[in-house]
Amino acid sequence: MSDPLLQMHGIVKVFPGVRALDGVDLDVRAGEVHCLLGQNGAGKSTLIKVLAGAHQPDEGEIRWQGEQIRLTTPMAAMKNGIATIYQELDLVDGLTVAENIYLGHEMASAGFARRGETQKAAAALLSRLGHPEISPRREVGALSAAGKQIVSMARALSHDVKLIIMDEPSAVLDQEEVARLFKVIRDLTAEGVAVVYISHRLEEIRQIGDRVTVLKDGRTVATGLAARDTPTRELTRRMTGRDIEYVFPPRQSRDGDGSVVLAVRDLSAGKEFSGVDFEVRAGEIVGLAGLVGSGRSEILETIYGARKASSGSVSVDGRTLRNGSVRAAVGAGVGLCPEERKSQGLLLDEAIYRNVSLATIGRFARGGFLNRGDEKRAATEHIKSLDVRPADVERAVRTLSGGNQQKVVLARWLLRECRVLLLDEPTRGVDVGARSEIYALVRRLADEGVAVVLVSSEVPEVLGLADRVLVLRDGVVVHTGPADDIDEHRVLDLVMEGSAA
Amino acid sequence: MSEQTPAAPPTTTPPADEHRRIEAAAAAEGETQSRFVRFMTSPFGRNLGLIVALLVLCAVGAATAGDRFVSTDNMLTVLRFSAVIGVVSIGMTFVIIGGGIDLSVGAIVALASVWATTLATQTMAEDTHWLIMVFVACAVGVGCGLVNGVLVAYGGMAPFIATLAMFAAARGLAEIISEKRTQIVDVRGLVDVINGEFIGIPVLIWIFAIVGAIGWVLLNRTTFGRRTIAVGGNATAARLAGIAVKRHTVLLYVVLGLACGIAAIMLTARTGTGSATHGGLYELDAIAAVVIGGTLLTGGRGTIVGTIIGVLIFTTLTNVFTLNNLDSSTQAVAKGAIIVVAVLLQQRVAVRGSDST
Repeated sequence: MSDPLLQMHGIVKVFPGVRALDGVDLDVRAGEVHCLLGQNGAGKSTLIKVLAGAHQPDEGEIRWQGEQIRLTTPMAAMKNGIATIYQELDLVDGLTVAENIYLGHEMASAGFARRGETQKAAAALLSRLGHPEISPRREVGALSAAGKQIVSMARALSHDVKLIIMDEPSAVLDQEEVARLFKVIRDLTAEGVAVVYISHRLEEIRQIGDRVTVLKDGRTVATGLAARDTPTRELTRRMTGRDIEYVFPPRQSRDGDGSVVLAVRDLSAGKEFSGVDFEVRAGEIVGLAGLVGSGRSEILETIYGARKASSGSVSVDGRTLRNGSVRAAVGAGVGLCPEERKSQGLLLDEAIYRNVSLATIGRFARGGFLNRGDEKRAATEHIKSLDVRPADVERAVRTLSGGNQQKVVLARWLLRECRVLLLDEPTRGVDVGARSEIYALVRRLADEGVAVVLVSSEVPEVLGLADRVLVLRDGVVVHTGPADDIDEHRVLDLVMEGSAA
Repeated sequence: MSEQTPAAPPTTTPPADEHRRIEAAAAAEGETQSRFVRFMTSPFGRNLGLIVALLVLCAVGAATAGDRFVSTDNMLTVLRFSAVIGVVSIGMTFVIIGGGIDLSVGAIVALASVWATTLATQTMAEDTHWLIMVFVACAVGVGCGLVNGVLVAYGGMAPFIATLAMFAAARGLAEIISEKRTQIVDVRGLVDVINGEFIGIPVLIWIFAIVGAIGWVLLNRTTFGRRTIAVGGNATAARLAGIAVKRHTVLLYVVLGLACGIAAIMLTARTGTGSATHGGLYELDAIAAVVIGGTLLTGGRGTIVGTIIGVLIFTTLTNVFTLNNLDSSTQAVAKGAIIVVAVLLQQRVAVRGSDST
């Protein structure tokens, strides 16, 4: 087959404040498993949303079976034979397996569902996928994650599908289930269906993949690599080698005599992570590196009291914090810049100054009555010192770029003069130019004596900014040491279990 | 400068131009907003439409009913009839801005009015002071609000369901206490004072005005108001900023309960009775007034002034229809139409005020 099934060329997608895709090329042949590789924020998710018709590209062209097309809605993508299986499976828990499979294109006469026929057809699809044991009559909510995934695939097959996109399908599966998934994928590709497969796990890509395309910073940096034979080093180099050099502020040559501010002792939380033990001194930045799901964010949330610890303790300045109490943490001088800035950190429609003062509102009140003059003056001072643009405290936060929104969250904790700052993905959705500013800012805070814990999917960020690094895999710390003593490849080897071989 | 990326040599400089370009674009987007939309989405702008609507309604009243509409007496009548539901609606504004809803306000008004007019309460009031009745009504309101709030905040119940239960239970309790009879108020002090006048204006209107003023200050000038907006606008962000979201939610229902208690005593004095049938459909009237007043049902945004104008629009509408001898069924149709038009218009403005992300 000489003509590729799908060709994407020069795809650009801009969101306010960030270019998520900046010239992506991708071509997929019928009957192949094409793997997409890239670090978090490389643009994989945005790319598949473009393919699924959920996002419209700003530039570039998509050719499908040789003809240029526009995928304006998810339905249009479906009609063309492109199906997407998202990480969060989009099934309706309250409906049966058969009803889910035929959702949106129900078999019906005069509006009445033909249930028997639907169930028979669904059963046939499930057998084709090698899972005849799933009853079409079961409620989807009662199925395991693996079962739901099969239902999603059956739904894709219920359309005349030519391309299936799978976004980290193995993330929710155990080994045996992965093996069965791979068998299904092989059967499908033998029938000429193409699969775009996204995974962080290199060993899986070697097992199932045919060709690899690597994305980085919204661009295609390598395409058509052989999935089986390309050396791991080569792949990680493509993923990490950047043409944008972030500027990290110099570390203070500390004599290491800062007193311990944050002490985390043998902290565990259910299945998320266990036995995490570290301390952070005044003026120190400690970085946590690991894959999504390795427990990074959960550790921060537990320290902050937003999640209950099942054992262990957290203390600030020697005083143990009450387990599971955000207010105790905030009271002790801990601040959190959450991962999902917009949904967890900001009141988007409110003015900047109201967002800045959110954690300190009581300070500007006497007997409950606010002194808005004081409030705005204090907010303005911090907004100026952090160089938020535009420096207009009355402006709604929604109109700011990602980097400036992050500065607003930082300003909130600056205003509170916090002792410990927990940063979860501080540069996610932040434009490259603004990142260096955020880095400088974090270092400045540390120099002023704040103890900082940094979580980031971007390994260079952790290595460049932190003084000390903890590497996590599956909720366990597998390495601790100074940031200078470890490099990016070593970290990637550690977090991508077994792929170092 | 220490460069920590080990593998790749620096090839190109950061695309600072690109960064600035995006910043500029974001700023420009903000600028275009700042003229029309910023004005229309400001509290004043949003209320402007309501004021216009009210004026149109008044013009219609003046044209169709002439002097019977345009008279001081009639204006005071409109305000007097707005007072009770107005007080409830002001309380409701807080709950809705805080991201909740309360279907039980009418039932709470009924229960508070019945409880305040039981023989026991009235005897005690005769012996000491009529303020006892006011106290009882407010205590009943606060108690019901507390139950609602605790069920929602700590019981994890959906506000709709928790207050639906109170909607049924409170009115039922009121019927049990009153044995379904109308209880006449014998304490003259209460009736005389609340139905009286102060500087030529009925006391009922004064109470409405004072509650409105307190509500405005509470929402706009205190930490309580700011936290209400934060909790309703983004409960997660509020919690992660250290705000006691659950406790605050309880307080919101308590504030509304208190407003219901005050409304109950106003209604009791105005009618001279306490009854389990008082406050019928108040929940819907209050929610309608709050919503056409520009408060988002999803929480996080709203104004007291908008709510007050919303109440006035509905009462004026009733007044104009009554003066023209139109029946209440026609009124109900007009009311429905007003709700639809008002909310559609606000959604237009809201969409323009925010970007699509």
